[in-house]
Amino acid sequence: MNRLENKFEELKKLGQKALVGYLTAGDPDIETSKKILVQACKAGLDVLELGVAFSDPVSDGPVIQKAAHRAIANGITLEKTLGILKYIRQEEIDIPVVIFSYYNPIIAYGIERFANDAKAAGADGVLVVDLPFEHSNELDDFLDDSIALIPLVAPTTGEIRMKKICEAAKGFIYMISRVGVTGGGKLDVKPIAEHVAMVRKFTDKPVSVGFGVSTADDVKALGSMVEGIVVGSAFVRIIEENGHSHAIATMVAAKVSELKEATK
Amino acid sequence: MKNREIDFSAMPDDLGLFAGFGGKYVGETLIEATNELDAARKKYMQDEDFLAELGDLLKNYVGRPTSLYYATGLTKLAGGAKIYLKREDLCHTGAHKINNTIGQGLLAKKMGKKSVIAETGAGQHGVATAITAALLDLECKVFMGVEDIKRQQPNVERMKLAGAEVVPVDSGTGTLKDAMNAAIRYWSGAVEHTFYIIGSVAGPHPYPVMVRDFQKVIGIETKKQILKAEGRLPDTIVACVGGGSNAMGIFYPFICDEVELIGVEAAGFGIETGKHAVTLGQGKIGVLHGSKSYVLQNQDGQIQEAHSVSAGLDYPGVGPEHSMLKETARAKYVSITDDQALEAFKMLCKTEGIIPALESSHAIAAGMEIASKMNKDQIMIINLSGRGDKDLSHVLQVLKSKE
Repeated sequence: MNRLENKFEELKKLGQKALVGYLTAGDPDIETSKKILVQACKAGLDVLELGVAFSDPVSDGPVIQKAAHRAIANGITLEKTLGILKYIRQEEIDIPVVIFSYYNPIIAYGIERFANDAKAAGADGVLVVDLPFEHSNELDDFLDDSIALIPLVAPTTGEIRMKKICEAAKGFIYMISRVGVTGGGKLDVKPIAEHVAMVRKFTDKPVSVGFGVSTADDVKALGSMVEGIVVGSAFVRIIEENGHSHAIATMVAAKVSELKEATK
Repeated sequence: MKNREIDFSAMPDDLGLFAGFGGKYVGETLIEATNELDAARKKYMQDEDFLAELGDLLKNYVGRPTSLYYATGLTKLAGGAKIYLKREDLCHTGAHKINNTIGQGLLAKKMGKKSVIAETGAGQHGVATAITAALLDLECKVFMGVEDIKRQQPNVERMKLAGAEVVPVDSGTGTLKDAMNAAIRYWSGAVEHTFYIIGSVAGPHPYPVMVRDFQKVIGIETKKQILKAEGRLPDTIVACVGGGSNAMGIFYPFICDEVELIGVEAAGFGIETGKHAVTLGQGKIGVLHGSKSYVLQNQDGQIQEAHSVSAGLDYPGVGPEHSMLKETARAKYVSITDDQALEAFKMLCKTEGIIPALESSHAIAAGMEIASKMNKDQIMIINLSGRGDKDLSHVLQVLKSKE
């Protein structure tokens, strides 16, 4: 069992849900980002989604777009992102980490090289937003069994396709809460519940819901339906608004603690 | 000869791959929409009523067939091959883009979509989409970079007159790449009722093949016309390549023939300056805007800014079918700088009394150079993809600043 499976098992026993936190590696700069990540993990993240900055993030709303551009301007690369992961592992952060990327930086790095280096750096999963199911073997063929290629399902995913994706799934299922890009908007719980029911027909893997989750109330509402709740833009926005503050890592950590409470 | 092993006419495969290029590398939210579109285009491209309706609009609204004009002035000036111009500049709205927007617009209607969106660089695709939407009674939003809005003001006004909303995009460099990012993001949120009319042979499958199929009318007409005029096929066909739709349109019907195909990319200030749009010549294989193809990018996989005096070629990606044609050496790709294109622009105005689009001026410049080295009994066809009225104020400004 890898860290991801262990974590969901452990939380199930505790009667808790997983707080899955997305942060763009290198945002606002590499050194500050390391501090933020370590503190956020220590403050109660159950799973870290470590974002690889990409110049043209078409699945992301303005908050994460700006984070990517800040990080790139301050020198982040995929190689340095893996370096950050190594660093937080040295800081004894033992929670599961999913590398969250667009496909192009991985192609540029070399797919096989990425698969090897991600494992060596301590990744437990990889999620590539623009690498859909039909092309996923391009990466999956190189990934060790200890690294899960996390699949996405969307509200637009039809039943036949959903079945195929769920049957092949490893780690957990990332369910996109609504059509659109990351961040913003209000969470509408009812269609999500119907969507979760469809996913459950095809898999007993843990389900995590993301896109548009920002408040403790959102987390509570989703916690009654699924095993994991993904929060991204709500954390990244704190960096956008307070990037130069010395207390930035503490501020992100405080938001993590608040939302983690809501998963209990 | 690698290309002997490939049946070009059978591409792409079921995954939308042209010998490994293309595919559908988009977020899960958009996948079923691309599947639905693929099913619809397969159905309607076989449907006699649809094809009759499309044929009627192309003839009576767009003004097809466009002429294949024997350019005696150019021929004399080059002093080599006989040069013909395929006059896509004579299409309604002034460029080849409308061949595709009419096709996709009709398809949107058949699929029951009430609104369409588009991205635009030079504004030609935006204008063609806005005008198609007006004709077919569809709501229309066009995403356009703020830099391009400045460069192409007359086209912005045309879109607005046709009732479209022009959405300014200020992220990134404010050019075509960013407009396409914005259009994809909008589409992700409105995918259930909105049809995205992509303007080039780029984007996720089925766009590259669908846009090519709507544009291949250019090559089909050209073939008939040259056979009538000369009794044989041309030796060489030249077309400019940004995303590459006018080039694929004229190349495709000749793809299995013994005809040399030359694509012309924009070298901007010069390849050595790094400020260019020579994607096939200088890029690396990657994924941008939903397909795997050559991409201008740095070593970390971040997309680089393209540069060209012509807004329509100012794009760091290229259609996947072109990547296949390059890899297999079925087509050859060369590049022309801003200065060379501007010279060709002036030259064509003077020599033939035709004002070419800056995009097409790249094809003219390369064509003249290549034709001059060919024999007098050889034939070259240059695709004159659009007219240059839209570029006049920009060209005059650039020329003035050079004085």
